[in-house]
Amino acid sequence: MSNNETPQKTTGLHIGKAEPGCKKNDPMLVIDHVKKTFGGLTAVDVEHLEIPKGAITALIGPNGAGKTTLFNLLTGFDSPDTGTWSFLGKSLSGIPSFKVAQMGQVRTFQLTKALSLLTVLDNMKLGAKDQAGESIWKALIPGFWKKQDKDIEVKALELLKRFKLEEKQADFAASLSGGQRKLLEMARALMTDPVLVMLDEPMAGVNPALTQSLLEHVLNLKKDGMTVLFVEHDMHMVRHIADWVVVMAEGKVVAEGPPDVVMKEQAVIDAYLGAHQDTDLGVVTGRIDTINEEKNK
Amino acid sequence: MDWGTIINNTLAGLLTPTTIAFALAALGLAMHFGFAGLLNFGIAGFMAIGAYGYAISVLTFGFPWWLGMIVGILGSIGFAILLGVPTLRLRGDYLAIVTIAAAEIARLLFLTTAFTDVTGSADGLFGYNKAGGFTDANPFPPGSYGFGPWTYNSETLWVITFGLGVLAICVWLLWALMRSPWGRVIKGIREDEDAIRALGKNVFAYKLQALIIGGVFGGMGGIIYAAFANVSPGVYVTSITFFIWTSLLLGGAATIFGPVIGAVIFWTLQAFLSNILPELSSSGILPVDGTQAATLRFVLVGIGLMLLVIYRPQGIFGDKREMTFVK
Repeated sequence: MSNNETPQKTTGLHIGKAEPGCKKNDPMLVIDHVKKTFGGLTAVDVEHLEIPKGAITALIGPNGAGKTTLFNLLTGFDSPDTGTWSFLGKSLSGIPSFKVAQMGQVRTFQLTKALSLLTVLDNMKLGAKDQAGESIWKALIPGFWKKQDKDIEVKALELLKRFKLEEKQADFAASLSGGQRKLLEMARALMTDPVLVMLDEPMAGVNPALTQSLLEHVLNLKKDGMTVLFVEHDMHMVRHIADWVVVMAEGKVVAEGPPDVVMKEQAVIDAYLGAHQDTDLGVVTGRIDTINEEKNK
Repeated sequence: MDWGTIINNTLAGLLTPTTIAFALAALGLAMHFGFAGLLNFGIAGFMAIGAYGYAISVLTFGFPWWLGMIVGILGSIGFAILLGVPTLRLRGDYLAIVTIAAAEIARLLFLTTAFTDVTGSADGLFGYNKAGGFTDANPFPPGSYGFGPWTYNSETLWVITFGLGVLAICVWLLWALMRSPWGRVIKGIREDEDAIRALGKNVFAYKLQALIIGGVFGGMGGIIYAAFANVSPGVYVTSITFFIWTSLLLGGAATIFGPVIGAVIFWTLQAFLSNILPELSSSGILPVDGTQAATLRFVLVGIGLMLLVIYRPQGIFGDKREMTFVK
């Protein structure tokens, strides 16, 4: 994909008017009445939300809007006070996080979790699911897992190549730069063959040169048939790659819709973008079309 | 000063049933701390459970020695489950607090006079090696074996042979596990358990398995120690836990042979210090009396542990990058 090409947006995701809680044609995640409080503070209070399948959905909102908390609830890392939510039609209430991950929903973290003192290749191999050698009894006899481990290694090296980390494979993850760790975390997540990839601020702290390649990786996920849900503060990125945007403020969903529509809504501007929505803060380096479009206005 | 005796006693410390017992316990800690990142400060408790499990099942229930040893192992598995189930879901430091307390509770239960019939209270237990048939299972005819500092009677030789066999099996087991994908998950948990959870692994189950395996190694250490000496509650005190930690850190926490070599070095050093310090005091070089000089070695152990953690946290055999306290 060349740098200036606008990615193909997926449209026609919703049924009826694009408003908070609107129905989707093919929802992957359905959230109902999920509420989480920390003491007196209501962190998340979502009435109804559907995340469309096969599209890239951005979850945006000001700091403290409850985006990461909602992420934690959806992935089983935290449990809500009330509410139900389902993934591909299966209820996830009370399911521990590792089982949620086994069902094909993988997440990354806002603070990147590279396994520092394991090699990059070992980091990758850990991602693969259903490894015979991970059972304690079979682990003792290499015959049970040697061949599978070879296959996993081939797959891991392929992904590392795609993420331009193959030269680092023998290094400890601790020696990677912050941006490379983000890439490694995303690549490791892909080792699990997910159907839903949840990225918590994939661009935070990544230098502009890497931003472009990360964006392409996210777009490639969709091309490969995966659904993406990501939290991001970088509005240009959201406009550029998201097919659908969900805006949260004070724990509630205040707006949702296609990015170019939703960012013009008054509620969104009030809640999040403020008066500076058209100012390029230098987050992206002008490679992305939305900036050029604004200049041409 | 009698250098001949000092050197002889020091070299003898290289290979004794005690050294083997502590090498086993250090191996258990390597599994816990070095590989899985579990802070276990109760390894003495695991040893005590192993030793008492063996001795009690022979003396009270009349089991043969091998069945008694299996009971000791089952006991340490039970102890690991008892500690692990409530604490492994919490942050690592809670396990440290619970293990140190549980080890003390176990020791005090063995010490209390309430169960004197079974545990022998402060006198401990003895005679089980003969009663259970461990002594009779000795394949070596009576006599003197070995040479120089390593001269053993047939009974000690039997314990050493048996202990080395058990140690070899445990070393192999740890090596085989840590090179496998199972070991990769365990090391990943040490680094960041949430990341492993997000990849769909049942972190709790893995941590419990690691705690059990390390606990069994610790229990085996206690059994080997009991096969040689009497079982006494005065042995399994908290300071033993810290001796084992010192051995582990000396050799390298995240290594297979490190804890074994570390235990050998530690006990050789102990033998050396406990011989040379009283000699130094009686020849007037150290300005303390003989009893104080003997205690001085524990002060030196403490200083040694501190220096080790500060200046060489990865131990002798460890990879500097793999095991440091500074993350």
